Amino acid sequence: MWDYTDKVMEFFYNPRNQGTITEKNEGEAITTGEVGSISCGDALRLHLKIDTATEIILDARFQTFGCASAIASSSALTELLVGKTLDEALSLTNKQIAEFLGGLPEEKMHCSVMGQEALEAAIFNYRGIPLDNHDDDEGALVCRCFGVSDARIRRIVSENGLTTAEQVTHYVKAGGGCGSCLTDIDDLIAEIVLEQETAVAAATKVIQSKTIPTTPLTNLQKITLIQQILEQEIKPMLAQDGGDVELFDIEGDLVKVILKGACGSCPSSTATLKMGIEARLQERISPTLTVIAV
Amino acid sequence: MRECIYLDNNATTQIDEEVLGAMMPYLTLYYGNPSSMHTFGGQVGRAVTTAREQVASLLGADASEIVFTSCGTEGDNAAIRGALAAQPNKRHIVTSEVEHPAVLNLCKNLEKQGYTVTYLSVNNQGQLDLSEVEASLTGNTALVSIMYANNETGVVFPVEKVGQLAKDYGAIFHVDAVQAVGKIPLNMQTSTIDLLTLSGHKIHAPKGIGALYVRRGTRFRPSMIGGHQERGRRAGTENVPGIVALGKAAELAQYHLANVSGERQLRDYLEQTILTLIPNTVVNGHPIQRLPNTTNIGFKYIEGEAILLSLNQYEICASSGSACTSGSLEPSHVLRAMGLPYSVLHGSIRFSLSRYTTQTQIDRVLEVLPGIIERLRALSPFNSDDSSWLQEQELAVLAK
Repeated sequence: MWDYTDKVMEFFYNPRNQGTITEKNEGEAITTGEVGSISCGDALRLHLKIDTATEIILDARFQTFGCASAIASSSALTELLVGKTLDEALSLTNKQIAEFLGGLPEEKMHCSVMGQEALEAAIFNYRGIPLDNHDDDEGALVCRCFGVSDARIRRIVSENGLTTAEQVTHYVKAGGGCGSCLTDIDDLIAEIVLEQETAVAAATKVIQSKTIPTTPLTNLQKITLIQQILEQEIKPMLAQDGGDVELFDIEGDLVKVILKGACGSCPSSTATLKMGIEARLQERISPTLTVIAV
Repeated sequence: MRECIYLDNNATTQIDEEVLGAMMPYLTLYYGNPSSMHTFGGQVGRAVTTAREQVASLLGADASEIVFTSCGTEGDNAAIRGALAAQPNKRHIVTSEVEHPAVLNLCKNLEKQGYTVTYLSVNNQGQLDLSEVEASLTGNTALVSIMYANNETGVVFPVEKVGQLAKDYGAIFHVDAVQAVGKIPLNMQTSTIDLLTLSGHKIHAPKGIGALYVRRGTRFRPSMIGGHQERGRRAGTENVPGIVALGKAAELAQYHLANVSGERQLRDYLEQTILTLIPNTVVNGHPIQRLPNTTNIGFKYIEGEAILLSLNQYEICASSGSACTSGSLEPSHVLRAMGLPYSVLHGSIRFSLSRYTTQTQIDRVLEVLPGIIERLRALSPFNSDDSSWLQEQELAVLAK
């Protein structure tokens, strides 16, 4: 028997926000996202009601075909979404869904991934971004049994820090059918580890030289570098005042961070942001960087 | 102990009180070794002899043809490996796609060692095609190994007809009868079976004891090498309490075979009422050629683990071949071999009864089950075969 947390069982027996959304007022939009299939054994249709002016999610409902943890994960997802903007929602990871439930057995982590993917599908639908253009659908098909591409495996490996093919199977099912792609997944993980190590090495070199790099950095290098500077130089500085910062996302030269702890409510947080963090990153990485808090 | 309505008797059964009573002295007072020369051990040896006769009687066999094992899996392994080792020049095995993993995975393993294996298919009611059986046999076939009755669906194979074909081609015939023993009368005297596996914990004996029937004259080499026990066919000091328990359980099973129609009536009542009360529900497996205690029911559009955990809330124990319960990601190999649609595959539940099952228990299941199915269907995005999303999925599967 699975070792489900009490919260998983509570959300399975008494799920919140099941059903569909059909009615909306002026200035509101409804969108849906579908993932999974009846052949895979689990499927989720997520319904969102969105305030079109503010892009705030007003209501979230789910319909799920699947096991107890699939139903609980879907319900947890809807609880996490209401009140968030679409941009905030997009930053939600499968890990957060699992954490909300007090954790999931590793074999069941794919239930939380399904939630995160349905959310993306719903928002992409709303924004008119064709799902075909989604990163996950690009690249080569690795697992034929469950239709999983290398891009999707890459993303899940990076986001969850996975190290074995078996873990990948637990998260996105890839390799769980005939098993013929398990060695391909091993190779993919080795590749990702190598890429990360190279990026860290490049970033370390930049930090040590204390000068702005002459060649343009790849996104991965940029993220690694920013994270290193945050960890090594900025976080210790903020910690003295009980504050903290976390890198949220980067889009080109726009660096999004989350100010936490005392920084979150500090009246001089803008100064911290611009004078402290932005200036430091501009000095170290590129003068064109802009830092904002999200 | 938590009281429950136990409808998972194909997984394991409760130990009969008489069985427990019979074995208990051999865990306490009579701890001698049955092989010893002293009276203290000798009396234990006599208990083993009695148990061997009890098991032989249930099978219509001779006591010398019974080899005690530790479980069904050991019996299957010993039978298959033992028969192959005795015929080193023959390299072909015939079995079916719906066997228990104890046979199926062993055969897959043997393929790696150079054996060729034919996996017989089944139709959508879980039945073998006898012409396919015959077509698969050659002079190189060492062994035919099929199950008497399927653990998931209860479907019973035409064992004697398959055995006759095996004989015609000079192959040894092994039958995994773990689910059939105690539910179907067996008589080895008039049978074509050479090797037959049974397991104690499926017939109200404890776990850890089983037996293998080896027909007199059958070429068989032991897998477990050591002492002289079991006439040299399975070395190792006997599990005396288990053997005594199995003997008693066999005696009781033989007695209860006469009352098996009671189980069948309760099973039919459960099955028919579910089909009547709950729409979009199907029985998996042949309606007649089936064990009297088993029903496997597909509840469309919902998933098995969710049904089981919902039943569990009411202390009702059943099982499912759904992917989610096993963590294997693929649903039951038995139901897939039957070619059932995915809408049924993932939502199939097995109820397996025993002589302890009561009408009151079945009524309680029938009281809560419709509500459980309704609740889960209300949560599901699939609700009919017309749903376009679903149809695309099913078609995609058929195209594979």
